[in-house]
Amino acid sequence: MSAVLATGPAGDTEYEPPAEPVAGAKRRWWVPYLQLLPGGVWLLLFFAVPVGLLASSTLWDPSGSLETGYEMTWRWQNFSDGLQTYAPQFWRSLEYSFIATVACLLLGYPLAYAIALKGGRWRNLMLVAVIAPFFTSFLVRTLAWKTILSDHGWVMDVLRMTPFFGPDDRLLATPFAVVAGLTYNFLPFMVLPLYASLGKLDPRLLEAAGDLYANPIKSFLRVTLPLSLPGVVGGTLMTFIPAAGDYINAELLGSPATTMIGNVIQSQYLRVNDIPVAAALSFILMAGILVLVTVYVAVSGTDEVV
Amino acid sequence: MAVGLVVLAYMALPVAVIMLLSFNKPDSNKTTYLLDENGVHWTLDNWTNICGGADDMCGSLWVSLKIGAIATLIATVLGTLIAFALVRHRFFGRSALNVLIFLPMATPEIVMGSSLLTLFISANIDLGFGTIVIAHVMFCISFVVVTVKARLAGLDPRLQEAAMDLYATPWATFRRVTLPLVMPGIVSAALLGFSLSFDDYIITTFNSGGVRTFPLFVWGANQRGIPPQVNAIATGMFLIAFVIVAVGQLRSARRSRRAAAS
Amino acid sequence: MSVVHNPVAAVSAATGTPSPGGLALTRVTKRFGAFTAVDDLTLHIPEGSFFALLGASGCGKTTTLRMVAGLEEPTSGSITLGGSDITRMRPYQRPVNTVFQSYALFPHMTIEQNVAFGMQQRKVRRSEIRPAVQAMLELVQLADYGHRRPAQLSGGQQQRVALARALVNHPQVLLLDEPLGALDLKLRRQMQIELKRIQTEVGLTFVHVTHDQEEAMTMADTVAVMHAGRIEQLGAPTEIYEFPASAFVANFLGQSNLLTAQIHGPSGADIAVEAYGSRFAVPAARSRVTSGPAYLGVRPEKLHVTTGAVPEGHNAVPGVITDSSYVGVSTQYLVRAPWGAELAVFAPNSGTGGPLQPGADVTLFWHPAHSFLLAADGEASSLVEQP
Repeated sequence: MSAVLATGPAGDTEYEPPAEPVAGAKRRWWVPYLQLLPGGVWLLLFFAVPVGLLASSTLWDPSGSLETGYEMTWRWQNFSDGLQTYAPQFWRSLEYSFIATVACLLLGYPLAYAIALKGGRWRNLMLVAVIAPFFTSFLVRTLAWKTILSDHGWVMDVLRMTPFFGPDDRLLATPFAVVAGLTYNFLPFMVLPLYASLGKLDPRLLEAAGDLYANPIKSFLRVTLPLSLPGVVGGTLMTFIPAAGDYINAELLGSPATTMIGNVIQSQYLRVNDIPVAAALSFILMAGILVLVTVYVAVSGTDEVV
Repeated sequence: MAVGLVVLAYMALPVAVIMLLSFNKPDSNKTTYLLDENGVHWTLDNWTNICGGADDMCGSLWVSLKIGAIATLIATVLGTLIAFALVRHRFFGRSALNVLIFLPMATPEIVMGSSLLTLFISANIDLGFGTIVIAHVMFCISFVVVTVKARLAGLDPRLQEAAMDLYATPWATFRRVTLPLVMPGIVSAALLGFSLSFDDYIITTFNSGGVRTFPLFVWGANQRGIPPQVNAIATGMFLIAFVIVAVGQLRSARRSRRAAAS
Repeated sequence: MSVVHNPVAAVSAATGTPSPGGLALTRVTKRFGAFTAVDDLTLHIPEGSFFALLGASGCGKTTTLRMVAGLEEPTSGSITLGGSDITRMRPYQRPVNTVFQSYALFPHMTIEQNVAFGMQQRKVRRSEIRPAVQAMLELVQLADYGHRRPAQLSGGQQQRVALARALVNHPQVLLLDEPLGALDLKLRRQMQIELKRIQTEVGLTFVHVTHDQEEAMTMADTVAVMHAGRIEQLGAPTEIYEFPASAFVANFLGQSNLLTAQIHGPSGADIAVEAYGSRFAVPAARSRVTSGPAYLGVRPEKLHVTTGAVPEGHNAVPGVITDSSYVGVSTQYLVRAPWGAELAVFAPNSGTGGPLQPGADVTLFWHPAHSFLLAADGEASSLVEQP
């Protein structure tokens, strides 16, 4: 009969039970399994299995074809072949998507900050404005950039007035155009997670910082920025990962000199039909991204990205 | 704040250009996106003759709509079920399921598309409408789960207890309390899924066989020349979606104004 | 050491023989893993009474309430209502309704729909539902608010809707889980009177869970003080206040001065005790123990301060005033006794003489019948004034 003063496991709210389900649900233990079965099976069958298959197809014999079938020959050489031949495209993909991600961060953070902390009643309208371009087709939007950056457009006319651009210089079909396209298309992916994170910031924290003699810059660096870090991590991941695999911007706005690894994979699969090499390239891309992401998340120390 | 608005303007720029071009008559389909020195040649032809640009343009639009509707329906149902399982129960394999749901959102589209293609080739499945739907459902499920989960987790569990305390069986509780309160999350998940499906190019191109969706049409037309009606269609889509979202915002704003007034 | 401590007997004594329609908990225990929230609880609540479960956060009172509602299942023990065993019944099968602490009003329904919900679930005919809802809204003075939504109502109004929503079903027992916690003081007082009025008018059994002892004492016919999953004492408010059963109750309800004492033995109708070198007498009827170590307790309002002589037949203790706080209705003194501990005294501001100043030498005295003798349980030692 020990009479310890009873504070429940969660302190104040005295009945926060460890794992008590809502009254009524615990009778049937199989309910959650039934609920997740259709979706789970779908994902397993059409995501997990294909990725596994992709992994194994990297080792097929490239001398096969769609008609004759492919032989599994454990040909690790597919990887080295792919890396050797297409190393420039790999680096280019990483380079472009990295630059685009940084640009998105530099552009997106002020926007997210403005919406979250200074938006007030206009907040919802501004969010709609961020998402609105989504409603037009991705491809058509990218094509519109062709118009904006075209050689005879007023953007080029203005730029040619500066000393940096001569009469023969162009922006289209340059790496700049591709990166600009990537930045534009993935900006919402950066802004929304940033907004979600900044929106949770308690403005009274900034007031407290000011009360404790911090000027606006210091407040930002020492309070806002660290607290918005989960949003930064989430946003950069959501931007970098798709950008690395993208090839639409490179195709529409670039030139043969700016092909990314995505272009290569696509043509290998659909034009040349060289499945094993294409699969190897895909796999290297995914593995590379996974490595970078894991290191990044481990370093920045946030585990809840979604 | 000023910087924010500038960025917003930057984001809106292409949309404005598209709207502008929808009223432009280019010399030929190859120069749809090239404005010459004379600027815009104003015309309403793109709107009045909206399907006349190319033979299969409106056909592809219709295909995209069909696929979007079917894939959204399936993905919303499956994803909502998973969300309920994740939020309401503790079960073995929970963290594994979380990983399985998160991975598609973090995988580059090209990897997902090509791996599905590998599956279909290995299993000797013909590429076409069905495989496109399968692919679209696959990448939409994760987004539905995340969206519905967020809404469901925010629900006060006391409400369910109150319903049961007031003689409602578990099914009645679900029907009259839980479902109506989760519905906004389900609806926005469905809208998100539809827009993802409608606009998808990369995954679709790997798994389409001969079937052409609207993005596939645009891509293919890029070589031959893109009909200017494409801009009209894109503008139309934008306006419809914008109206839907605006109406939704207005309704919730009106509701919260009413609540604050009394 | 014998302890007089029998809650069931106390209830029977207070309310006569247990009524058949009442709520009874028999040896109810609730464990969450290794943590025992409710420990072997036995309780009987007569039909039609206003019963309060009083205790601090974490004492198990809300868990007990939830078990009666059916939202938790007891690990062992049984619950009966009007003779029938409802222990295993689902919440929607029990004729019991709850007013939740957070009100839990359905945000997507109007007030009318909220109040009508229970009757709709019980398949009451629509023609009967409307007038019942209207009558109930009038009872809680919200007759014109039927078409509004919960978000448009103030806290106090929401609380009344929650009450109406539960009451309209005429449950055999109405459970209230700290329903007044979120209201400001003035509104809380108002609602306390309202609830009591409604309860006497409607005649239902109310079980009210609260940590506010004033609330429990003003509203309830019977109060059970809970601590660490068990009932420390059960009885009418006057009884548990004037004659606490343990040091915990003595300190939880109001304030008590507790002196460590040793019982010497009976002396006529009294019990003689010695504390800090002085001898005192406590009537046997005011003693929970008859031998061994004990706590001698006197409430601050029962202590009198004087600079003069002590009247005949009173116990007295000399001391020096160390603190004097004028609170308007009374002056609260802290007096240091010869053994070093400080005793609290509440002197009513009855207009005779001004407040005494710190440093003054005084004598405290009290009538023996106002003191009580408690068992010196090890667990309550931290609450006792230490020299």
